[in-house]
Amino acid sequence: MAVNDTLEGTHKIIESAREQQPNLNPLAPTVNDFNQELTTLNLGPTHPATHGIFQNILQMDGERIISGVPTIGYIHRAFEKIAERRPFYQITTLTDRMNYCSSPINNMGWHMTVEKLLGVEVPKRAQYIRVILMELARITDHLICNGILGVDTGAFTGFLYLMDEREKVYEIYEEVSGARLTTNMGRVGGMERDFSDIAIAKLRAWLKTFPGVMREFELMFNRNRIFMDRIVDVGAISAERALNYGFTGPNLRAAGVDYDVRVMNPYSSYQDFDFEIPVGTKGDTYDRFMVRNEEIWQSLRIIEQALENLPAGPYHADAPHFYLPPKQAVYQNMEALIYHFKIVMGEIDAPVGEVYHSVEGGNGELGFYLVSDGGRTPYRLHFRRPCFIYYQAYTEMVVGQTLSDAIVTLSSMNVIAGELDA
Amino acid sequence: MADQNKSIPAQEQAAAQDPAAQQNAQLLVLLHRLFGEAAFTDVEESYGILTATTTREQIHGIIAGLQQDQELQLNFLTTMCGIHWPEQEGRELGIVYHLHSLTRNIRLRLKIFFPIADPVAPTLTDLYSAANWMEREAFDFYGIIFPGHPNLMRILNVEDMDYHPMRKEYALEDGTREDKTDLFFGR
Repeated sequence: MAVNDTLEGTHKIIESAREQQPNLNPLAPTVNDFNQELTTLNLGPTHPATHGIFQNILQMDGERIISGVPTIGYIHRAFEKIAERRPFYQITTLTDRMNYCSSPINNMGWHMTVEKLLGVEVPKRAQYIRVILMELARITDHLICNGILGVDTGAFTGFLYLMDEREKVYEIYEEVSGARLTTNMGRVGGMERDFSDIAIAKLRAWLKTFPGVMREFELMFNRNRIFMDRIVDVGAISAERALNYGFTGPNLRAAGVDYDVRVMNPYSSYQDFDFEIPVGTKGDTYDRFMVRNEEIWQSLRIIEQALENLPAGPYHADAPHFYLPPKQAVYQNMEALIYHFKIVMGEIDAPVGEVYHSVEGGNGELGFYLVSDGGRTPYRLHFRRPCFIYYQAYTEMVVGQTLSDAIVTLSSMNVIAGELDA
Repeated sequence: MADQNKSIPAQEQAAAQDPAAQQNAQLLVLLHRLFGEAAFTDVEESYGILTATTTREQIHGIIAGLQQDQELQLNFLTTMCGIHWPEQEGRELGIVYHLHSLTRNIRLRLKIFFPIADPVAPTLTDLYSAANWMEREAFDFYGIIFPGHPNLMRILNVEDMDYHPMRKEYALEDGTREDKTDLFFGR
């Protein structure tokens, strides 16, 4: 893995990077120091500790990182281009594959964007169901991130406990949508089906058992001396730099800025729930870990409130032009057949306009900028992917640190390759 | 100053009772005060966000001014992306900026357009570190050049690609295929 100056091209890239940013690193050695021998380290594209396909060419002075050149795009699938040819309901499957650790949030965010364009009002019950699913997704997203952070510091056990819990959440997803990872959940206008009794029972059972596991996990990690020694003051970023870099979500909150889309621009009835926004102080890896842990508790609070006050009523809006009729009705009812045909064939035009809608994704503000020229597909669809925007700061955050610090920093930033590359 | 103070109530009347519309009306007044009325064209409120078009000569100054302005504090670059309108003669390519004030919760959408034959736009990397990769993406997808950008190279596509794939002339499907032509529905 460690390659000592055999990669000529790599060196060229680093040279050019250093020329462009000469002041990148205050710890950079002077040129005349003959004791210095720099090593080029190719971290990735496939590396067991990066949890995703992206490359960092690091220049190392012993264990210290002097500079880095990130390369991304290894799983670029041109979603923005593909979306320009797909009817709105077919784009949901693309959003699944962005942040695949919390697909339901992406799905719901997309549905809400289209609903905003169409002016569809979603019934309260559907909104609450969405909130429950989105918060479940946020919990699984954070579970993976924090569990993996444990693995990267050598603590495998916590990860296994949390994976078990994630599995149970995936069973709830399965009960709601039939899928587990790429959920394709919900429809424009609401949900495709109501919560079944089994789904509710599974959810209630999980809400009983999960807090115990989470407490055990926190007991094992939060004040663990070895763990804290590894991550406190590692990969820190100030609030000012984080804002300049466009950080959002837990990573920004760890730096001490209390920006949360759920509170600032409430969507899907988030204003009905009582929850807190945890913030950190230093923006280091430990703060990010702790903010995510606390957000899991707050998400549980939201789910409990939503389940407790789940309103009765329809689970989807009355929007026949965009919401598929039940299959039974398609066979028996002429209007249903017509609407089914028109929706599936993409015969229905959307209004002209441009919409920006954002939701609080697992990693931060997940935005959809949709330009419609009145056709059946978007004219332009831009995804504001939080990972793509904050991963730029990675080099700045790890320069001057050791390689093992770089690994935990990457892990705690929760960079998801699917979202990064879209 | 007197004129502007008079124009605020007029704007508010037009905005009826909707608080978001009122906020946008006030924002527009402030924008006009800061940068002059001539700086903005095609002003509209699109689904709650004030949208205005300006020119590529002015955009850097406007975004820098908004970043510094203590009253608005529009100092968070949410996102920016390219867009291609082949039918707009002389202003085929464009960039859409989304700015956000985290303290006052105001969003603003700014657009610039320029000819595809001269796809040059000012870089924002001196103002926002976040603009670095966004501009690389706009270059990658649309071929927009940002003079002064520290590292303007492709970011998501391979380096030896010889076209900019998000431009509208590159249809997603192979144009010679007959079996996929949708003659009756859609485009």
